[in-house]
Formats: sequence, structure tokens, C-alpha cells
Amino acid sequence: MDRVYKNTGWRLFLQTIIGRAYPRVIGLLREKSWFFFDVFLPVISVSAYVFIYRAIGAPDVFIGFVVMGGAMAAFWLNVLWAMSSQMYWEKESGNLALYIMAPNSLMAILLGMALGGLFATAQRALVITLAGSLLFNVHFEISNYFLLFAVFMLTMVALYGLGMMTASLFLLLNREAWHYANLAQEPVYLASGFYFPIKSLDFWVAVGASIIPLTLGLDAMRQLSFAGGQELGFLNVQFEIGVLTVLCVVFLFGAKWLLNYMERLAIREGRLTDARK
Amino acid sequence: MQATQSIEKVPADKGIIQRTLRSAAWLGWQIESNWTDPLTFLIYSVVKPLSSAAILVVMYSVVTGGQFDNPVFPYIYLGNAFYIYVAAVLNGVSWCVIEDREQYRMLKYIYIAPIYIPIYLLGRGFAKFVFGSLAVFITVSFGVLFLNVPLDLARVDWLLFIVSLTMGILMLAMMGLTLGSVILLIVNNVYFVGEAVAGALFLFSGAIFPLDILPTWLQPVGYIVPISYWLELIRRALIGQVAETFATFREFSNIQLLAILAGLTVLFTVVAFGVFRYCDHQAREKGYIDRVTNF
Repeated sequence: MDRVYKNTGWRLFLQTIIGRAYPRVIGLLREKSWFFFDVFLPVISVSAYVFIYRAIGAPDVFIGFVVMGGAMAAFWLNVLWAMSSQMYWEKESGNLALYIMAPNSLMAILLGMALGGLFATAQRALVITLAGSLLFNVHFEISNYFLLFAVFMLTMVALYGLGMMTASLFLLLNREAWHYANLAQEPVYLASGFYFPIKSLDFWVAVGASIIPLTLGLDAMRQLSFAGGQELGFLNVQFEIGVLTVLCVVFLFGAKWLLNYMERLAIREGRLTDARK
Repeated sequence: MQATQSIEKVPADKGIIQRTLRSAAWLGWQIESNWTDPLTFLIYSVVKPLSSAAILVVMYSVVTGGQFDNPVFPYIYLGNAFYIYVAAVLNGVSWCVIEDREQYRMLKYIYIAPIYIPIYLLGRGFAKFVFGSLAVFITVSFGVLFLNVPLDLARVDWLLFIVSLTMGILMLAMMGLTLGSVILLIVNNVYFVGEAVAGALFLFSGAIFPLDILPTWLQPVGYIVPISYWLELIRRALIGQVAETFATFREFSNIQLLAILAGLTVLFTVVAFGVFRYCDHQAREKGYIDRVTNF
């Protein structure tokens, strides 16, 4: 009988990442109606906020801010519902015990979820941006494409790192997980300035909100994408890039440490299979 | 023989509506509230609606420099506050079908219980109505106390407010029942349907901006949406002097608006029970009552 070759080490790690990212990417092609709803709902929200700005006579740059905020909200929703609370869903569906039993790293599973989710959500965000821009005639004036790309990537790494970190906390949660995720939705829209410049908030409130990567990421992207964006910016773009880099490192290492700790705790307290409806 | 006789003496449908409504409302209350301790629940109930309102407040203040005396502000603020009922009642009633079928997997057992399903769904929605009312109260109170929303309790037209609110809630419940009935027939994407409907109504009901702001070709949609009339009546009852400054429904008197709302409520009641009857039959025929998607 031929011996079955099995990957180990970094090859297994990589294989796990690809294996977990695969359903997220392929799901996009299998269930096309999801794409419609994922784009339709944010466009509706964006439209409502654009009409509010029009009702109060806001300058055009705010319309662009809303469109960009609406697109970035897709990433927040993905991180919140498909990263942070994913462990809870897996527990509910009985997959979590299989993840733990399988001879692979839970970190690799989370990375796979993050990469797959990022890829799928990026397409939605792109369509939301295009639809919003066309519907409301948004003019982009990008001052530096390289910096814009760098800010976006740093924001995504830090954001999905945050998602991976909080995912471990959800290992311990049961029915309350849904409510906590639900609770985190609107307050983050508010704190991160999805629909208005973060500079509008009190300085220290904005500093506090900067722990969420989208706050500074969105602010820097707006400064780099719109004429007049800089005047409405919170901090200098270079400084924001520096903070985002720190957040990337902190959240990724934090995710690794917290995941190990929470996994042990959840196993000890028997919460991995305890799916209380 | 004795047992058979005693069963016959107590017909299954005696008091079935009250019993179903009471049990469903209690079940809904437990589901909504017993996942945590009272303090966390209170924070949850306060933070969510206030954050949503605060987004609008910041948007408004950053553009106008904090001119909360402008009539546009209370128009936006109160419209947004009372729209909470739409998400709570309309979405709440329909969401029960998803919760019971997909999450708790209890719908099949509910179906074989001696209860009346549409009343059960409305009862479950009642708990969401109570939580929605709490959120509306908190949001409106915050606006009055801290943001100069010109709501003077002595000048409120209470009769108009109570009649409009009651009719509006009933209409929303019937819209929810209609949506819930349709969801019985949908297997995929049920999670999105209520959100999509509530989102579309948010845009076209003039909840957070006057309908005149919509592009001309979209404005007729706003006049078809029943919630537009309901919100206008609520505004007229609470802040009549402010509501008068907007041209959208100026040609309609309160009585005319009430008549439209009453007509729409009756219409939706008839439609809701008709649609339920059809969808319920179809769902049983196709075996959808206990079908789950595992999402």
C-alpha cells in the first residue's frame, strides 16, 4: 500500500490557510445572490446618508466621504460577523471541535478566514465605491497612489488582526455572542467616523477610537483621495501610517497569544462544544 | 372515555388567540432579554439606538456648526427615532420565522402545537415592540434633554399621537406578518430580506430627510410607502410647528393623513392574512417548514 504523503510544518500551515480561504472565495461564485445583497444594502445606507448631507447643504467632499465610508463598512461587517464571531458560529454548527482536533494550527485557520474574507469583501467594497461614485457623481483626486495602497493594506492587516484577536474571545461565548457582535456595529460606525470626518469628534475621543484600525485608515485614505480631504483630516498621513503599522504588529501578535490562551481556557472549562442556544 | 369527554368539553380553540399571544409575547421577551444580566442588557438597550442617532447628530453638527434650532434637525432626529419601530416591529415579526426555523429549529414544533401561527408571530413581535419602545423613548429623551429638540409635552397633540402610533404599529406588524409569510417560502438569503426591506423603506419613507430631496423620478416611491404618512403624522403630533415648515405633505390635513393611514392599515391587515394563508399552504406542500440552510 502506498504511503499517503502529508504536509507538516510551514507547508501544512500554508495548506490550512488555503483550505480555509477556499470556501470564502468560492462561496462568492456559488451564491451570487449574496453579492447582490452585500452590495445593495450598503448602497441603500450610503444613499440615505448622502441625501441627509444634501438636505443640510453639505459640501460635495462629504458625499465622497460617505461613499468611501460605506465601502469600508463592508470590511467592518465582514470582520465582525465572519471573523470575530466566526468561532461562535463554528461552535453552533459543530465544526469548532473538528478544527481543534485536526492536526493544524488554529492561527492558520483564522488567517485563511481573514484572507478569504478580505478577498471576497474587497470585491464588494469596490462595487459599492463604483456604484456610489456613479450615482452621486463623486470626484476622486488621488494625491499619491502608492501611499493610498499602503494605507489600505496596513488598515486591512490591522483590522483582520483585530478580528483574529477578538475571535479567540468569542471562543468562550455562547448565545450572547450574537448580541455582542450586534452591539459593536453602530458604535464603531460612530467612533470610526464612517460617515463623517473623525476630526469632528472630540480630540481624545478620536484618539481613543484610533484603536480601531479603520478610524485612522479611513481618515488617511480620505486625505489622500479627495480635494479638501487634508483640511478635514485628523492627523498627518505619515503619522497615521506609523500608528497603523504598530497596530498591525500588536494585533497579529496579540491574536497569536490570546488564541493560545483562550483555546486552553476553553478546553479546560469545556466550552468548545457547549453550544447553548 | 372520561378523558375523551373532558377534552370535548374544552374545545382546543377556546381562547386560543389570547393564549397564543400571551405565550408568544412571553417567549419573545425571554429570548430577547435572558441572554445576559440586567445591567448588560440595559447598556445594550441604550448604546445601540443612541449610537445610531449620534451618527446623524455629528453629521448634522459638522456641516451646520451645531445649529440645532433649524427645523431640519428635529425633522431628521425624530424621524430616525421613530423609524426604530420599523426595524423592531416589521423586521421583528418576520425575523421570528428565521429564528424559529434556522436557529432554534423549533418552527415544526410550533406548527404542531395547538396555537394560531399568525398570532404567534405577532406575539413574538410584541416583545420586539417593547424593546423598540424603550429605544425610541431613550433616543427622544436624549434629543429633548441635550440637543434642543423642540418637543414640549404641553403642546403635543396627544390624541393624534396615540391614534397615529397605534395605527402605525398595527400596520408595521401586518407588514411584518406579510414579510414573515414570504420568508416561509424562501430558503436562501432569508437573513437579508428583512434588512433589505427596512433599508429600502428607510430611504424612501422620508424618515431622515424630506422626500423633496430625492431625485424627482424617485419621489413618487416615497408617496407610495405607507410609513411616510405615519412619520408625518407623528411629527405633526409631537412638533406640529416644525412639521408645518416642510412642504412635502402640506396639502394634506391631519384627518386626510389619518384616513390614508387607516385605509393602509386595513389593506395591510387583509393582505397579511391572505398572504400568510397562501404562503403557509405552499410551505407545507413543499416541506419548507423544517428546512434549514445551516447558515
